[in-house]
Amino acid sequence: MRGTTFMKIATRIAARLAKAAVVLLAILVLNFLLIHAAPGDPAVVMAGEAGATDDVFLAQLREKFGLDQPLYMQLGKYVWDVLHLDLGFSYRQQMPVFDLLMDRLPATLLLTGSAFAVSLILGVAAGVLAASRVGKWSDTLISTVALLFYATPLFWAALMGVLLFSVVLGWLPPFGYETVGSGFTGIRRALDIAQHLALPALSLGLFFMAVYSRMTRASMLEVAQLDFVKTARAKGLSRAVIERRHILRNALLPIVTLAGLQAGQLVGGAVLTETVFAWPGIGRLMFEALTQRDYNVLLGVFFVSAAMVIVFNLITDLIYGIVDPRIRAQ
Amino acid sequence: MKRILAAVVASFLAVAPSLADPVAGGRANVVIQPEPPSLMLGLVQNAPAQQVAGNIYEGLLRYDTKLNPMPSLAKSWEVSDDGLTYTFHLQSGVTWHDGQPFSADDVVFSADVFLRKTHPRFRAVLDHVESITAPDAGTVVFRLKSPFGPFLNSFEVGSMPIVPKHIYEGTDFATNPANNTPIGTGPFKFAEWVKGSYIKLVKNPDYWDQGKPYLDEVYWHVIPDAASRAVAYETGQVDILPAGSIENFDIDRVKALPNTCITQSGWEFFGPQSWVWLNNRQGPTASKEFRQAILYALDREFIRDSLFNGLGQIPNGPFAGSTRYNDTDLKPWPYDPEKAKALVKASGYKGEVLKLVPMPYGETWMRLAEVIKQNLADVGIKVEIVSTDVAGWNQHLSDWDYDLSTTYLYQYGDPALGVSRSYVSGNIKKGSPWNNVEGYSNPKVDALFDTGAGTVDPAERKAAYDAVQKILVDEVPNAWLLDMGMPTISRCSVKDLVTTGIGLNDGFKNAWIQK
Repeated sequence: MRGTTFMKIATRIAARLAKAAVVLLAILVLNFLLIHAAPGDPAVVMAGEAGATDDVFLAQLREKFGLDQPLYMQLGKYVWDVLHLDLGFSYRQQMPVFDLLMDRLPATLLLTGSAFAVSLILGVAAGVLAASRVGKWSDTLISTVALLFYATPLFWAALMGVLLFSVVLGWLPPFGYETVGSGFTGIRRALDIAQHLALPALSLGLFFMAVYSRMTRASMLEVAQLDFVKTARAKGLSRAVIERRHILRNALLPIVTLAGLQAGQLVGGAVLTETVFAWPGIGRLMFEALTQRDYNVLLGVFFVSAAMVIVFNLITDLIYGIVDPRIRAQ
Repeated sequence: MKRILAAVVASFLAVAPSLADPVAGGRANVVIQPEPPSLMLGLVQNAPAQQVAGNIYEGLLRYDTKLNPMPSLAKSWEVSDDGLTYTFHLQSGVTWHDGQPFSADDVVFSADVFLRKTHPRFRAVLDHVESITAPDAGTVVFRLKSPFGPFLNSFEVGSMPIVPKHIYEGTDFATNPANNTPIGTGPFKFAEWVKGSYIKLVKNPDYWDQGKPYLDEVYWHVIPDAASRAVAYETGQVDILPAGSIENFDIDRVKALPNTCITQSGWEFFGPQSWVWLNNRQGPTASKEFRQAILYALDREFIRDSLFNGLGQIPNGPFAGSTRYNDTDLKPWPYDPEKAKALVKASGYKGEVLKLVPMPYGETWMRLAEVIKQNLADVGIKVEIVSTDVAGWNQHLSDWDYDLSTTYLYQYGDPALGVSRSYVSGNIKKGSPWNNVEGYSNPKVDALFDTGAGTVDPAERKAAYDAVQKILVDEVPNAWLLDMGMPTISRCSVKDLVTTGIGLNDGFKNAWIQK
């Protein structure tokens, strides 16, 4: 019995992965064509920045970038390389795209991961609190604050955070990943990075925190109306047990969905937050690659992000099964 | 008789050097914006690359704020009377950062082989050069095909960076792994580059100019958001804001902070001038009256005072005020909407909508496009703004797909280096946003620019350039907006940061921090 369930899950995952591969390939081709449809190419951008150019310079650059080939050849070569797990070379940054991504990935994961954890934990906690005190002042307070966070543009919240905590109070550093040239190591360095992390992670997490708390509250209130909760109450279970085991667990599904969506974006980075806080992550890399038409880097980021979205969708599906066994049985 | 240029004297003409004795030690924190693509100055010469790598590499000469040449890797130089032979005597005891000795062979290799292949602006200078030779290890001789007026202005570190022959000879320059750890002769050595965060340079203890540099290290911080860059200065993370680091509307607030100094010097060599490209080939802008109308319609004082914080000068024509041979007798055209209206009418304009593709270099430039649209609407000209990003804007200009566009270009102190390129008909070529993009073509102007460039006699040059300015100002190929003011903001305790007309691009050689 257990064996067949496992087989079923394994088959399902395999089928999903096969579909995912096709989707990924389609994304790859589509991204490639879209990017090349944008006006300008990396040679024009570099020539533009140099403030001087001639035909020789442009021809040299185009040849170096492989842009002198017809588009279908470039596409074919790119897909072939990616199939061999080679994301290409960034001539602008003079580095293989894979190395470039790996350089930026830790900073991005630290930022988006912290924001994810903070928003999920605090958001759900606030939602639970609000739902259990529905109609009371604490509920009103939480709902109002959540609405405020929900409606505040990210970059504005970030700038205000910098103004208050860095410029006025001087508690936290306004930007960067760590104190440059400090020579800190070990625990001291970790503390230093944590200090730098606080503002960007919080401002990035605010929006999702608000979303989680609103959704948790709504979902819990909905579940609380259902018959089985009345039964549990009639059985004489304590309020805390009903809230935790009966209401919250059943209310979690939409939150898992949302968390899956947010988790899929972890690797894509956070362009705005990383820009305002000069955080050396993938979001900035992507945005700069876009303005510089650094095709390989851009495609690399898109590819890895797309792959992550697919992986996290899969994980989300598996978590559904854990949270709600009825889904697993289907 | 050979004209001997007294090089040493020139160094005293620089911007008021501080009177106190420099002290060694300390660290400078500087903003770099945007992050340069590479620090190998022979391959990449965009503005941020020059700002950082100008302290790693050196040119043969530097220039003071009056654009007189000063010694750098060349300690002295001579020009033959016929203006065809330039002889440079090199500093002795110079070594590359990897310890190898520097010699005249490196200069010949850089100019004749490396930069000929990689540097479009220097390639244009090389068109005038017949041969480059090194008669001995300490001497380099350039023989020209014909006299070239601004030749002595072509040796600054961004125009002609000297690169190490022993590393690059016989290799593919673009993919040489040494590009990631640049080796120069300059006062600072490359130490570390954490992409997206900072670039670190350290003092070169074996620098040929004994006693210099004073600073132990220079950190260039990469901060992508303009507001964050202002905050970085306010909170003390950085001490130096090169021109363009912060938005113009933040300058007043930042310069009022305690211990803060601001200077507009250090850009004389570049002399950036901003203008509106007018497409001379087609549409209403093909008409001279219509172009004159545009120049009268633009309220340039308002633009300078409101958008550029009062920084900069209204130009009297195509020659920036700091560029040699600017005809000071010419006065800028006044703001005169009535005259503009009359000229619009005379041009036969039928209400066509003009496509304005603004340079997307930040807030100020977008607002400038709105002011231009408003100014032109006031005299009855219809304008539609087409927004795009930098790559798209480059493409629009390179394909001549615009009616109006904004820009600014460096003039490198001499009309033959930085002005003629935008007006001579030989420079009408698709594919570049920096040549004669407007498509103006006038054989008389071509001939006058040729005369001006083809002699070293100042009087002859002046006569040709005076004539050319008169013609251009009347025909208005482009609508000149502003000789841009470029403010460098720094803590007042950072001394001798800007001492030449090249400014920060090689400024850390002399800089020191008062304790």
